[in-house]
Amino acid sequence: MIPLVADASSNLIAARNQMAFTLGFHIVLASFGVAFPAMMLIAEWRGRKRGDTEALLLAKRWSKVVAVTFAVGAVTGTVLSFEFGLLWPEFMRRFGAAFGIGFAIEGIFFFLEAIFIAIYIYGWDRLSPRAHLWSGVPIVITGIGGAFSVIAANAWMNQPQGFSLGTDGKVTDVQPLHVLWNPATPYEFLHMLLAAYMVTGFLIASIYAVGMLRGRRDRYHRIGMAIPLCVAAIATPLQLFVGDTAARAVANDQPAKFAAMECVYKGGPDQTEYLGGVCTGDKVKYAIGIPGLDSFLVGFSTHTDVTGLNQIPANDQPPKKTMLHLSFDTMVGLGSALMGLALWLAFLLWRRRTIPDGKWFLRAVAVSGAAAVIAMWCGWIVTEVGRQPWIVNGFMRTEDAVTHAKGLWWVYAFTVALYLGLGVTAVLVVRRMARRWRDDEGGEVPYGPPEGEAT
Amino acid sequence: MSKPDAAAATLWIGATLYAVFGGADFGAGFWQLPGLRGKEQESVRLRIEHSVAPVWEANHVWLIFMLVILWTGFPDAFSAIFSTLYIPLALAALGIVLRGAAFAFGKVVEGEARRRAGVLFAVSSVLTPFFMGTVAGAIASGEVPAAGNGDPTGSWIGPLPLLIGTLFVASGAYLAAVFLVRDSWVAGEIDNTRHFSRCALGAALLAGALAAAGILVLRHDARFVYDGLTGPGLPLVIASLLCGLIALGLLVRGQRRGFTPRISLLVRPAAVGAVVTVIWGSFVAQHPYLLPTSLTISDAAAPGGTLTALLVVFGAAVVFVLPSLALLYTLSQKDVLK
Repeated sequence: MIPLVADASSNLIAARNQMAFTLGFHIVLASFGVAFPAMMLIAEWRGRKRGDTEALLLAKRWSKVVAVTFAVGAVTGTVLSFEFGLLWPEFMRRFGAAFGIGFAIEGIFFFLEAIFIAIYIYGWDRLSPRAHLWSGVPIVITGIGGAFSVIAANAWMNQPQGFSLGTDGKVTDVQPLHVLWNPATPYEFLHMLLAAYMVTGFLIASIYAVGMLRGRRDRYHRIGMAIPLCVAAIATPLQLFVGDTAARAVANDQPAKFAAMECVYKGGPDQTEYLGGVCTGDKVKYAIGIPGLDSFLVGFSTHTDVTGLNQIPANDQPPKKTMLHLSFDTMVGLGSALMGLALWLAFLLWRRRTIPDGKWFLRAVAVSGAAAVIAMWCGWIVTEVGRQPWIVNGFMRTEDAVTHAKGLWWVYAFTVALYLGLGVTAVLVVRRMARRWRDDEGGEVPYGPPEGEAT
Repeated sequence: MSKPDAAAATLWIGATLYAVFGGADFGAGFWQLPGLRGKEQESVRLRIEHSVAPVWEANHVWLIFMLVILWTGFPDAFSAIFSTLYIPLALAALGIVLRGAAFAFGKVVEGEARRRAGVLFAVSSVLTPFFMGTVAGAIASGEVPAAGNGDPTGSWIGPLPLLIGTLFVASGAYLAAVFLVRDSWVAGEIDNTRHFSRCALGAALLAGALAAAGILVLRHDARFVYDGLTGPGLPLVIASLLCGLIALGLLVRGQRRGFTPRISLLVRPAAVGAVVTVIWGSFVAQHPYLLPTSLTISDAAAPGGTLTALLVVFGAAVVFVLPSLALLYTLSQKDVLK
C-alpha cells in the first residue's frame, strides 16, 4: 500500500528509489551517447578508407540510432536535473554552489554534442567525405568531456573538497578546480568512461550476434558485431586495472564503503576475501572465504590493515550491506567473465585471422551486453548506496537533504510506469528501424532532415 | 556590474534564448493541434517539420543552462523555488518527457502510431510552457519564500500565475507563427504564408490582451514588479509595445495587400523584439530581487569562486557554441551535395 501522507523517513526511501531508478535508466542511454559515436566513426573510417560499403552502411544506420538514443537521453537527463531540486532541495541549497560546477561545464559539452550529432546526420549528403568524418570527431570528444564533468560532480560527493562550511551550513570559499579535481575524480571518471565503452560495445555486438545466430551470417552482420566487440574487448582489461585501482583508493579514502562492500566486520590485518554470502549481524554466512586475500588486494601484503565495520559508528555505516557486497561481487564477477570473452576473441582472431562465428562464441557475445549493463548497475549501487548515510560524504546526511513534499511514492510509481513505457517504445522503435532497413533504405530520424530529402 | 549581477544576467540571457527558441519550438507544436485530423493540413505540417526539425529538442539545453546557472550560482533561490513550486515543475518535466518521447519516436514510426505521437507532441507542447509560466507568475507575485517550502498549491493556483502560464503558451504560438510566415514565404508557399500569418495575428491579439490584463493583475498581486515595470522598466515595456505594434501592422498589411520581401524580413525581428524587451523589462523591474521582495540577487548568490567559474563557462559557451550552431544552420539550409 502506498502511504498517502509523507513522513521524513518514507520520503527518504521514496526519493532514493526514484533517484536510483531514473539514474539507472539514464546511465544506459548516457553510455550510448558517450561511446556509440566512436564506434560509428570507426565504421565510417573503415568504409571510406577501404571502400567498404557494408561498414559505411553500418555507420549511416548507427548514426540514426545515436540520434534516437541521444534524444531520449536528453530527456531523461533533463528529468534528473529537475530531480535535484524536486527531491533534494536542501542539498542543493547548501552545496549547489560546489556540486553544480561540474554540471555547468557539462552543459557546454552536452550542447556541442547535440549540435554535432545533427551536423553529422545532416552532413551525410551535404559534406565531403573527409569533412564528414571530421565532423564526427567533436561528438566523441564532447561525449568524453561530458562524462568527465558529471562524474567529477559525483566524485565530489564521495570526496568533497575545495570549500569551507559557513555558520549557516552552506559552502563558502569555493575553489572550483579543487572541487572538480578531487581525489575520486580520476578513477571514477576512467572507470565510468570504460564502462560506457564496454556497455555500448557489448550491447551492440550482442544484437548482431543474435542476428547471426538466427542465420543472418552475411558480412554486414559480421562487421556490425566485430567493430563494437573489438572496442569493448580492448576496454575490458583496462577496466579491470582501473577498477582494481579504484577499489584500493576506496579502501583508503572511504573505509566505511569498503568495509561494507567487502563485509569486513573486524578491522585489522590478514583479512579474508569473501566471495558471495550474506552479511548478517557480525559475520559473513555462506561465503567462500580466501584467507588474507582482502588484505593483499588492498596493500599487496596479507599484513595490510583494513578498517572494519567495528571501527565505524553504527549510524555512519552504509545500510544494506549484503546488497552492497553482492553488488560488488557481481560487478567483479561479470567483469572477469567479460575479460574471459575478450581473451577468447583475441585467441580466435590470432589463430584464425577472421571474425569468429562459432555457435558458442556467438552465444557468449549475445549475453555479454546484458552482463555489461548489470555490471555497471552493480557498480553504481556500490558507489551510491555505499556512500550512505551521507549525500555529501562526512558533511551532510541524505535524510537532511530530502524534500518535505507530499505524494513522493505516487510520483515514483508513475515514473516507473512512464519510463517502462518509454523503454519498451525505444526498443520497439529501434527494432522497427532495423526491420525497415532489412527491406529497404530510408526513413526519418530525430535531428535529421524531414522526409523527401535524402538521409 | 557586480559578479552576482553578471551571473544573474547570464540567467536572463538563458531565459531569453529559451523564451525565443524554446517558445517558438513549443509554439510549433501548438500549431499542430488544429491540423491533427484533416489531410488538407498536410502541407502545414510539413512546413512546421521542415522549419524546426534541425533545432528541435536542442532547445532543451537553454532550460538546462538556466537550471544549472540557478542551482550553481543561486542555490538558495533554486532550492526555494523547487521546494515550493514542485507541482507545476513536475508537470512541466512530465511535458518535457512526453514531448521528447513523441519527438524521438514520432519521426521513426508511421501511420496511426505517427498520428498518436503527433497528438502527444502537440498536447505536451502546451503543457510545459503553461506550467513554466505559472512558476514565473508565482515567483513574480512573491509566493516563493526565501527559506523555501512555501504553499505547494496556493502559490501557483492564482490569477497571476495562471494568466502568465497562458501568456507563455500564447507568446510561443505567436513567435512560431511569425517564424513560419517567413519560412513559408521564402519557400514560395503562398497558402502557408497566409495561413501562418492568420495564426500569428490571432496569437498576437491574444498575447497582447493577456499582457494588458497581466499588468492590471500585477498591480494588484505583485506591486513591486508593477512599480518596476512602470518605473525603471518602462522604456523596455514601451519598446515591447512598439515592436508588437510594428509586427501587427506588418502582418495586417501582408494579409491585405500581399507579402513583400521587406515585410517577411522585418516581421520576425519585430516579433522577437516584443518578447525579448518584455523579458528584460522584468529583469529591470524586479532588480535587485531574484525572488521579488523575499530574496535579492546578492543574498542568493553563490561564493565568488563559483560565480567566476560560471562566468568563464558562459564565455566558453559563447566561443564554442555559437560557431557550431551557425555551422549547423548553414548546413541545414544547404542543398544536398551531388
